[in-house]
Amino acid sequence: MPVLELQGVSKHFGAIHALNEVDLVLESGEVLGLMGDNGAGKTTLVRVIAGNFPPTSGEIRIDGAPVHFSKPVEARQKGVEVVYQDLALCNNLSAAANVFLGREIKKGIGPIRWLDHAAMAQRAGQLFTELKSETRPRDLVRQMSGGQRQAVAIARTRLSKPKMVLMDEPTAAISVRQVAEVLDLIRRLRDSGMAIILISHRMPDVFAVCDRVTVMRRGRKVAEKPIAATSPEEVTGLITGAIHSA
Amino acid sequence: MSANAANPPPGADVSIESMLDIREQNWLQRIAGAQAFWVTIALILICVVMSFLQPDSFATSENFYNTTRNFSFIGIMALGMTAVIATGGIDLSVGSIMGIVAVSSGLALETNLPWWFSVGVGLGAGFIVGLVNGIIIAYLGLSPFVTTLGMLAIARSVAVVLSGNRMLYKFGSGAAIFKKLGGGELDLGHSFSLSYPLLFLVVLTAVLGLVYKMTGWGRHVLAIGGNEQAALLSGVPVKRVKVQVYVVSGLAAAFAAILNVGWSGSAINALGTSYELLAISAAVIGGANLMGGEASAYGAFIGAALIFVIRNSLLMAGVDSNWQGTFVGLFLIAAVYLGKVRGARRE
Repeated sequence: MPVLELQGVSKHFGAIHALNEVDLVLESGEVLGLMGDNGAGKTTLVRVIAGNFPPTSGEIRIDGAPVHFSKPVEARQKGVEVVYQDLALCNNLSAAANVFLGREIKKGIGPIRWLDHAAMAQRAGQLFTELKSETRPRDLVRQMSGGQRQAVAIARTRLSKPKMVLMDEPTAAISVRQVAEVLDLIRRLRDSGMAIILISHRMPDVFAVCDRVTVMRRGRKVAEKPIAATSPEEVTGLITGAIHSA
Repeated sequence: MSANAANPPPGADVSIESMLDIREQNWLQRIAGAQAFWVTIALILICVVMSFLQPDSFATSENFYNTTRNFSFIGIMALGMTAVIATGGIDLSVGSIMGIVAVSSGLALETNLPWWFSVGVGLGAGFIVGLVNGIIIAYLGLSPFVTTLGMLAIARSVAVVLSGNRMLYKFGSGAAIFKKLGGGELDLGHSFSLSYPLLFLVVLTAVLGLVYKMTGWGRHVLAIGGNEQAALLSGVPVKRVKVQVYVVSGLAAAFAAILNVGWSGSAINALGTSYELLAISAAVIGGANLMGGEASAYGAFIGAALIFVIRNSLLMAGVDSNWQGTFVGLFLIAAVYLGKVRGARRE
């Protein structure tokens, strides 16, 4: 059974049809590349799945059961984690604090509970080790490189053993060396059995880690192909509209 | 090592830290990086210098008692202010909250209500004003500056109307203990004593310091100031926490007003006029960042102390007291500038 299914999902903002009748299937242990030009509807699609806003019409199913999210927290409870484009980190807090933001580990006596800094630092350290990142839990995010920030954002998704991770342009704002680091992180997530949707503008990244690629144009899905059965040239054509559909 | 770092073999794990030489800060560096640390040093220096220059008037137990009591009212307000500033907000209404609280508890005392009820009435008034501020800011999305500026005018005018524009001092039987709260002192012997407001300030500073360090709420307050969108996406109840910080600020101002009324033995509707400047200055001088994401309870304490010790020193040095505002203003601007310089160096 697919972990995620979208059937005829549309999202309208007034007269703007940001998503039009999109169908999508995602299996566990699979990386799906989601490509398209600016305004093609990729980010809207991710936000609908992540519970930022409900679809205007259509159905979303997780493990076969229909779901309706009105808040990101509800999607997270159903195993949907998101790495946002701007990474959504608090620069003024430590890596561990960011990983646990909104779901802090606490200890205490009776009703008096306080933060368990040691447990959070230790667990965050484990997650960074699993991701083979040298990010240190107690460092402030402000002092970190783009790759380390990425590791923090990804480590956060691993707290809850999610079913799928949606990544919005994770390689957009970082250096070439760090891109390789992030692609490795994505492969490790996949190997641990997670399903991943990778939104990217960068053709080489998509061809390096994705199993399938879905192309969107003007709110519609225009193609979906196994990565082995397509080429960067074809995908580019589909994105720009030079090739109508495939 | 350096050759490796410059040209790593494929697949090698090169830690970014080893290249940039970022080390975890030790506790000494962390303390030295805090503005409150340098304010503390400055405060100690001023006290030492003044003790030499004016041994008979500055370095006396009486002057210590008076100055520490005076800054305690502002320090307590500044504690509440740090929570608001940490979320990236501002509360300009705290001075007027003092006025409305003074009048409400004054009226309660005049109608012969018990001291605890009068305290409750005062705290209740501060709670309500803070709640209204918070709801307008968090749920209607208005800017904190404009909302609390409006509340500055509203609360003051309500205080004047409620009081019938007169001073309230004909207190009933509840007054004895009520006055003790703000006017009482802990005698340490050798004619050395600590005022109750100072003791309250010390306890509240410790409590708030623990809240920032050890509770989920404290962390959420800082997270909202650091990146509100990120906090929201992480499941932090941003709106609720925002309401709560304005309630905390309202309660802090209310408590300061109650102590002040108890100390002076009368309630006037003008209590706290322009104290918002002092409370904000104390928080900012102590290291609170007006852009949000940084706050320190100890900073509010030491910031308030610095302002009042400087005022005290200027008076003793014979400087016309009308110059005090100039010095407070200069210190506020200098503190913001220092914060900006430190921020730029960190990025």
